[in-house]
Amino acid sequence: MSAAVDTPFFYFPVARLLRIALTRFIVRRIFFALVLLAAVSLFTYLLFALLPTDPAALTCGKNCKPELIAANRVRLGYDKPIYEQYWQFVRGIFAGRTYGSGDIAFKCPAPSLGYSFNQHECVSTLIGKTFPVTAYLSLGSFVLWMLLGVGTGIIAALHRGKWQDRLTSLVTSIGVSLPTFYVGLLVLFSVVIWLQWLPFPHYASPTDNLHDFLTAMILPWITLAVLSAASYTRLTRNGVLEAMNEDFVRFGVAKGLKNRTVMRKYVLRAALIPIVTIAGLDFAALLGGAIVTESVFSLPGMGRLAIRSVTDSDLPVLVGTTLVAAVFIVMANAIVDIIYGVLDPRVRLK
Amino acid sequence: MESTPLLSVNNLSVEFSTPDGIVHAVNDVSFSIEAGKTLGIVGESGSGKSVTASSILKLNSGVTASTSGSILFKGDNILGADDKKIRQLRGSEIAMIFQDPLSALNPYYTVGHQIIEAYKVHHRGVKKPEARKVALEMLRRVGIPNPEARIDEFPHQFSGGMRQRIVIATALINSPKLLIADEPTTALDVTVQAQILDLMKDIQKENGMAIILITHDLGVVAETCDDVAVMYGGRIVEKTSVNELFTTPTHPYSFGLLGAVRSLDKSARGSLRTIAGAPPSLLHLPSGCSFMPRCVFANDGHSKCSSIVPELELVPSTHSLSACHLRKDALLKLTTKDLL
Repeated sequence: MSAAVDTPFFYFPVARLLRIALTRFIVRRIFFALVLLAAVSLFTYLLFALLPTDPAALTCGKNCKPELIAANRVRLGYDKPIYEQYWQFVRGIFAGRTYGSGDIAFKCPAPSLGYSFNQHECVSTLIGKTFPVTAYLSLGSFVLWMLLGVGTGIIAALHRGKWQDRLTSLVTSIGVSLPTFYVGLLVLFSVVIWLQWLPFPHYASPTDNLHDFLTAMILPWITLAVLSAASYTRLTRNGVLEAMNEDFVRFGVAKGLKNRTVMRKYVLRAALIPIVTIAGLDFAALLGGAIVTESVFSLPGMGRLAIRSVTDSDLPVLVGTTLVAAVFIVMANAIVDIIYGVLDPRVRLK
Repeated sequence: MESTPLLSVNNLSVEFSTPDGIVHAVNDVSFSIEAGKTLGIVGESGSGKSVTASSILKLNSGVTASTSGSILFKGDNILGADDKKIRQLRGSEIAMIFQDPLSALNPYYTVGHQIIEAYKVHHRGVKKPEARKVALEMLRRVGIPNPEARIDEFPHQFSGGMRQRIVIATALINSPKLLIADEPTTALDVTVQAQILDLMKDIQKENGMAIILITHDLGVVAETCDDVAVMYGGRIVEKTSVNELFTTPTHPYSFGLLGAVRSLDKSARGSLRTIAGAPPSLLHLPSGCSFMPRCVFANDGHSKCSSIVPELELVPSTHSLSACHLRKDALLKLTTKDLL
């Protein structure tokens, strides 16, 4: 009997069951993410609609005639009750939206997040223009800080109590306590103005002018990476030290495995899983706009768009950028959970 | 019957340097074990039994531990061996299992993966399907029902007793000559404890391996061991056969331990006899006998007890080795019954 069940055929159901469990987990996770997003969009829209500012009055200057304000109110749909406004807004995301009619009609194609009467452009267009800058900034600094943070964390843990550990703990305690705007300005001042190693940053898209792109990006990348890496160094160091005390790590050593194998399959696997969670959320938060870094290094990203919309009371842009940032956070949450489920079998099957 | 021991530990001392000072975890410990035998190492928490066991595989943290003495396995000194040599011993000649089966398995890999991994480290060039067959056979041997289906499951899908069986399967996959079991049943239910101990004894009968069993449970010792070493304050205070430990203990600490065991023929009412006081701090061991402050016999003015560390010596009319200044004149007059 045992010979018959020894055939590989018998293993398949088990593997398939595992896969089904994983798929169900992913589907469930994505469903919850969508529900959450709907709630976030409603909440954000209501919050801004309830602000005491009259958006129609802001569409033209101080000497605006009441008739023009009234016309703009109708044109932009602010005369309707709030639930209808929200409905229009949601419909616009999927179907696009046309403001006004006849000659002065203006169409924002799907996904429309509204129309900025301040910058006379669809919000989606504005976000589309600024998002790549933020994405390049986030991606570059994310890769740098993960390499730096996790790398130094592992080194510190492996040399616990020695000078390598003390040095990283000193540097990271400075790193976590410095604010971005201060370090950003310091770096900008010393490298660009004082040492003159780099020209003053002038952003260009990488496809247009790679040289300008890199010279504009290198300092913000490093600033953001070094500051964020500090907390990752600590997380990694503590995670690795904690994992090295695990019984299963000692058992791995007692099996006769090489140090490198134990480190990779036993220690790092356990230590890095919690870091994946935090890294995913931090990255998503960056994608929503690195407001301070973009402002210091004058990068035309989403963070600066959001800041400008606040100072200009440009409500549609404010709603749009907030919503996009929220989408990133919710999506990152879902993705992190799914990755967590893949990495840790105990989560998956619950 | 005299034969060369499989493993002999000679004058082993292990110290850890900590911010508070030097911890003398193990002090001048010697014992040996022959193939097919089971040696129990008994003692309270902090008596140095686990550190002694870890030293045999050089598992103590290399940064803070300093070890002296020698550990001879088949005549070769383990303490002098380099990393590569040690790795070849670990898991293949000497295997070790730990107290808590719930945390001894890597939660991120299937149990099959972990057993196969343990096999392939010491059988380079063996193909995976072949290793899988060996692993399945081993799982069946340790009593995992339906191993073909369960080999691809993760550790958290097994109960505590099943996990300890898997740990044993992993440890024994390379047929080691010596198994060091550090409190293998402490975390398990009593019924499961008995099953696991039976399993270990069965496998020992089949392949003739030696077992060093570390425990604080005298019931486990009585059931499984041939010889016992009682540890206190990082030293062995009594070394004897199991029968003699339970009939004629020769060290005041052993008396105390036996008095603290609840047995079925004693009245269930009344409190258990305990040993007053607490084990000594391994940071500041007393200058004489480390058990002196708690010893009920030493309190009437034996100056030797507080100044000289007693050596292990053969007790006349028994086969026990005991480290006590008093035993010749006082202890042998007593029997276990007097204390219970």
